[in-house]
Amino acid sequence: MKWDEFFVTGDPLIYGADVSIALTLIGVIFVLTYFKKWKWLWTEWLTTVDHKKLGIMYVMAAVMMLFRGGVDALLMRAQLTVPDAGFLDSTHYNEIFTTHGTIMIIFMAMPFLIGLMNVVIPLQIGARDVAYPFLNAVSFWTFFMGAMLFNISFVIGGSPSAGWTSYVPLAGLELSPSVGQNYYLLGLQIAGIGTLLTGINFLVTILKMRAPGMKLMQMPIFTWSSLITSVIIVFAFPVLTVALALMTFDRLFGSHFFTLMDGGMPMLWANLFWIWGHPEVYIVILPAFGMFSEIISTFARKTLFGYKAMVYSMVVIAGLSFLVWVHHFFTMGAGGAVNSFFSITTMLIAVPTGVKIFNWLFTLYKGRIKFTTAMLWSLAFIPNFVIGGVTGVMLAMAAADYQYHNTYFLVAHFHYVLISGTVYACFAGLHFWYPKMFNHRLNEKLGKWTFWIFVAGFNLCFFPMYFLGLAGMPRRVYTYGAADGWMSLNVLATMGGVLMGIGFLILVYNIYFSFRYSPRETTGDPWDGRTLEWATAAPVPFYNFAHVPEVKGHDAYWIAKKEGRAKEKKPYKPIHMPSNSGVPVIMSTFFFISGFGMVFSWHWMSIAGLIGVLATMVIRSFDYDKGFYVSVEEIEKHEQTTE
Amino acid sequence: MDAVEHSPNTPLEYQSETGRLNILGFWIFLGAEIALFSTLFATYFVLDGRTAGGPVPAELFEVKGVLIETFLLLTSSFTCGLAIHYMRRHSLKGLFLWIGITLALGLSFLGFEIYEFVHYIHEGAALTTSAYWSAFFVLTGTHGAHVAMGIAWIALILIQLKQRGLTPDTSRKVFISSLYWHFLDVVWIFIFTAVYLLGMVM
Amino acid sequence: MKRIKSMLAFVMFMSVFVLGGCSNLTVLDPKGPVAEQQANLILFSIGLMLFIVVVVFVLFTLILVKYRERKSGPDYEPPDIEGSTFLEIIWTVIPIIILIALAIPTVKTIYALEEPPEATAHKEPVVIHATSVDWKWVFSYPEEDIETVNYIHIPEDRPILFKLASADSMGSFWIPSLGGQEYTMAGMMTELYLQADEPGEYRGRNSNFTGEGFADQVFTVTAETEEDYAEWVEEAQEAPELTQEKYNELMLKGHADEMTFSSTHLEWVNHAMDAEYATKVRNGLPLDEDNSHGSHEDHEDSEDEDHDSHKGHGDHDDHSKSEDKDTHSESH
Repeated sequence: MKWDEFFVTGDPLIYGADVSIALTLIGVIFVLTYFKKWKWLWTEWLTTVDHKKLGIMYVMAAVMMLFRGGVDALLMRAQLTVPDAGFLDSTHYNEIFTTHGTIMIIFMAMPFLIGLMNVVIPLQIGARDVAYPFLNAVSFWTFFMGAMLFNISFVIGGSPSAGWTSYVPLAGLELSPSVGQNYYLLGLQIAGIGTLLTGINFLVTILKMRAPGMKLMQMPIFTWSSLITSVIIVFAFPVLTVALALMTFDRLFGSHFFTLMDGGMPMLWANLFWIWGHPEVYIVILPAFGMFSEIISTFARKTLFGYKAMVYSMVVIAGLSFLVWVHHFFTMGAGGAVNSFFSITTMLIAVPTGVKIFNWLFTLYKGRIKFTTAMLWSLAFIPNFVIGGVTGVMLAMAAADYQYHNTYFLVAHFHYVLISGTVYACFAGLHFWYPKMFNHRLNEKLGKWTFWIFVAGFNLCFFPMYFLGLAGMPRRVYTYGAADGWMSLNVLATMGGVLMGIGFLILVYNIYFSFRYSPRETTGDPWDGRTLEWATAAPVPFYNFAHVPEVKGHDAYWIAKKEGRAKEKKPYKPIHMPSNSGVPVIMSTFFFISGFGMVFSWHWMSIAGLIGVLATMVIRSFDYDKGFYVSVEEIEKHEQTTE
Repeated sequence: MDAVEHSPNTPLEYQSETGRLNILGFWIFLGAEIALFSTLFATYFVLDGRTAGGPVPAELFEVKGVLIETFLLLTSSFTCGLAIHYMRRHSLKGLFLWIGITLALGLSFLGFEIYEFVHYIHEGAALTTSAYWSAFFVLTGTHGAHVAMGIAWIALILIQLKQRGLTPDTSRKVFISSLYWHFLDVVWIFIFTAVYLLGMVM
Repeated sequence: MKRIKSMLAFVMFMSVFVLGGCSNLTVLDPKGPVAEQQANLILFSIGLMLFIVVVVFVLFTLILVKYRERKSGPDYEPPDIEGSTFLEIIWTVIPIIILIALAIPTVKTIYALEEPPEATAHKEPVVIHATSVDWKWVFSYPEEDIETVNYIHIPEDRPILFKLASADSMGSFWIPSLGGQEYTMAGMMTELYLQADEPGEYRGRNSNFTGEGFADQVFTVTAETEEDYAEWVEEAQEAPELTQEKYNELMLKGHADEMTFSSTHLEWVNHAMDAEYATKVRNGLPLDEDNSHGSHEDHEDSEDEDHDSHKGHGDHDDHSKSEDKDTHSESH
């Protein structure tokens, strides 16, 4: 292989990216060296097993990925603004929408939510950490390395271009011979390991590590949503693992699962993909629901209306999520009975979702609604998500779906639910829990600027797309003709996209601005919160709680405050904490090496990487480090400084 | 939290908080494994019969080899259970003996399976032959790879037992690996009936 | 509040712009009974959905306005309301009723679309095999013994039965003016009834992503009176016969001009039965049976001719290069 086949060449955009990646790397290395921060980086971050720090790293990585995916989106909008535009060619456009979709779902939405779960869940249930802190670090680093592997396809070897759904035969070796598709398969596979481990980890954490007195039906609703999400992860992700592995075998070792030749069955891929893919949608929406519930309840100063109904509706949604996958291909000609069945199961999801909407509205009813930035995001979610939801019901009607399928109507629908659901939730949660992560708030004024610009831009961008769909514009076309008559709506959509980009930039500036100028937290409870995470000191000590709180109902901290138990002093006991470990980051690096070798079919490299992975596992198995105890004196010292 | 009160009858592996957490976590992991193998079985059934004019399973499957494999693995599950029995009675010697036998049985299972695969490939049925054989090799191969991983893992635990004796930690590891081993046995029973028996009848 | 009002004004302005600037909603402007059933279903569902949207939006606005934090009443402490079983039941039951109202016509329409349109069910349908090939459409009229590329003619007021298949990647056959789409898959047959009520030119396309040339994988549909259609059929039957060599050229990736032949490829391959044909042609593998001559040599010369048949697609040269790279063997 020659170097110009190895590196992607010939496109000024990509050369620009090459240069900026190189400069950033050099810059980072320089800063770390100049300020002698390498050791700090290693001991404080790379080897940490602290759920709060891992959460922060998840969120930071997700924001980076949001940037990458957002740039992809803007490039697409630029190309589609006018008919017959020559800004991007077909191949380049196809690569961009593929990476946009994959990155936003797998490497942005999920890690952002998992990051917030990491920061918040142990605090909400009054635990010192998750059940398996070491595995938690493995989760993060495999996600991160998977994401990096997927992202370097952009400059080395070429990006995948068969869509984030990777339908075969198109994504097969025959029709997509470049290594791009291999990056997709291996990047997702490696990141998927991390997600599965996260699912197991949070399931056990939530089931077993709750503070004394916290019954299941007293858990904060975000914890409930994370529990249900974890269950979905545990049963859905293995399906993806298998599907990816089978396609990898097809492409690298000549098997015939999805090929056109020798009996392969392409539609099997579509089925496996969506058996995972539809539950995946709920993996990224249920935690969002949980966050909105917490935030709405906090800023309406009311307990959540219909808590039990909220919990049951999530359970029902999770169950139904495994029974609707065929609605992604009603047009496959499966016959009336199949399409009718899946139409009805899909519509049924609207019922528990509707219950949730009305419960949120009635949480607001008779409340004292405070329009903080976090609350604004949560409120804007309701009307926007309803638009996404009702169009979802329209799409569920198979007979009508034949006309919506593969069009911008569909694109509008899933962006309405994913952006106003998941992305709004990420922003809301970020503003809400930011003080727990960084010990200061994000600036409210800048936050509101981001909010109004982004929300206006979002509606301007995606509402016209419903009409584009009805006007017959298919998704994934890299251009269209003037005669199609789709230009005016596309111009609106691009304007909206630009606004969303501006909103994002203001958010990034806000992060910098608040880091410099925001006053530091002193109380640990800036919003007059209701759940246990607000009971921790500012900054949150690494052991979270000096003594494990006692729970007497849901909204535990609110009740404690009312009963005047919030600041009780009790004698301290030594606290057991896990030790840091460098194994996760090293193991994941070997995963990366192995995956990279497989992408290029350099088997020596993939085998060497796998041996590395196994070796780190052996090292871990022989490691009997049981962590350490924080002594009472140390806790006392710590508690004095933080008060 | 490590020193939670427990009755003297509590098995060693359940005595520590870590032990209880890890065992629960491993059960959940096995749940994920069930989802994984279910997907592989579903794939196998969908692709069953799609031999593209190449060899069909009924021509190649042989009762004898498969029965031997089944016997070996089922017995190993039994001996693995005996090993746990001895562990519960704090007999390190019995534990070593029965785990050793389990590993030997596992290794011979693998040996027979590899021999079987080589035989098929010789007869012109490989991963690349047709959709059916792709599904066959990946389903049985995934199980086989699990068995191989299990053998290596249990061997490592034996070394740790040798170094440290029976502690809540080592006994937890032994117990968890035994869960894994029984699970592989259950998967094999499904492979035996769904793949081999049906394949020979059809 | 000001912000909310200006926001509302903006949304109103927007919707006027959107609706005004877009009189051309093909899907809601049906030209045949199939599309009409779907348009009716869509409009019915939009009506019901708008009802839900209005209820939620009104409730939402009222609650936000009424219960926003006011400077005047800082002591107001909201009551803790756990929930209300009565209300929960209401907002579970009403959506279920709405869904039943949607589900019944949906299921009816799903089954109705599997049959020819009721009004013309007594007429013999025209059968057309539509095959998607990267990145063109091949149509075969087995009764009339005609094959066309990238265009079709159909008679008005008569059901057309499309039998869909693909030679390679999965496509979706869609003529929005006449009705919803259906996938085309290699080695599988899907069927779709469509019908045009009035003469006219309609645009058809592949709507399922198939890679590089996807955006231009389009065709035209000319609906005409029975007489005009009969005339066209006769004319088409004068065209040269389709040879397998010629057909194999069409199997290569790339675009093609409109073409007409007086015989169909169904004589030697039906892609609904044979998923491997196009792959074999592209890789120069032997084709089944006695007509395996259209293989490797033809592949070589065909590339130049293929060049001419392109609709000037910008990066055609890349196609033929990647064609060569494609040529790895699937044989063992």
